[in-house]
Amino acid sequence: MHPPGTEPHHYDEPVDPDLDPAHLVVVLAVSLGGGAGAAARFAAYRLTPEVWATLAVNLAGCALIGVLVVLTTEVWQAHPLIRPFLGTGVLGGFTTFSTYALDTHGLWAAGDRVIAAGYLVGTVLGCVAATAAAVALSRTLVRTRVEGRRP
Amino acid sequence: MNWLLIVLGGMVGAPLRYLADVWVTSRLGTGFPFGTLVANAAACVLLGGVAGAGLAADSPGYVLLGSGVAGAMSTYSTFAFEIVRLGEEGRAARAVVYALVSPVVGVAALLVGLALGRQG
Repeated sequence: MHPPGTEPHHYDEPVDPDLDPAHLVVVLAVSLGGGAGAAARFAAYRLTPEVWATLAVNLAGCALIGVLVVLTTEVWQAHPLIRPFLGTGVLGGFTTFSTYALDTHGLWAAGDRVIAAGYLVGTVLGCVAATAAAVALSRTLVRTRVEGRRP
Repeated sequence: MNWLLIVLGGMVGAPLRYLADVWVTSRLGTGFPFGTLVANAAACVLLGGVAGAGLAADSPGYVLLGSGVAGAMSTYSTFAFEIVRLGEEGRAARAVVYALVSPVVGVAALLVGLALGRQG
């Protein structure tokens, strides 16, 4: 294990680790995570009207994937099931692209075309910004902590 | 009851996305995130079908198939991370194409699903 900042980032590794699907335990980890993530999304719909709940869920999930990837690829030698469970399963099940598309269509069909277009584009920009910011912030915090420990 | 259905749907949708990604990636490689694109498009067809069939958002069928299976089969977190990763790899053009194409494909797939659901 290298300290953070001393090795190149292993981003060749796919977000969904390309493990042999015959390894049923990976599929099971993704499945358990997906059930938990979907339930958390369902809980969010009880708090706010759906379209804004979807936006909040997607923004939160996109920030969390940035933190998760930095922690599991640049900080810890994570157990091989952590990324499938938390990344592919929980965060993948929590966030949604299908409801985003349906919400966009719903806004458009209701005549709110400017809002629909803004929602379609704004979610992409907001979520990519959330992920990029989370990656950068996680790296900064990890580096600060590690440097603070050095004599 | 709906809590059970959303968990069951999530437990089916997320591994379907994973297996679709593995299957697509094994054929088309990892240069462009086709796997996530395919999973998101398929989920949009499914959700469109459920909505087009006229199921209410709080009905068991919608919660299981629409919110659960389609919701978990699709992902925004992986989509956003793949864009950031392509950018960090210096593949800005691919990142932009992926970011532009995915919403268009998603909405188009949703419209196909809506049309199928209304027919069926």
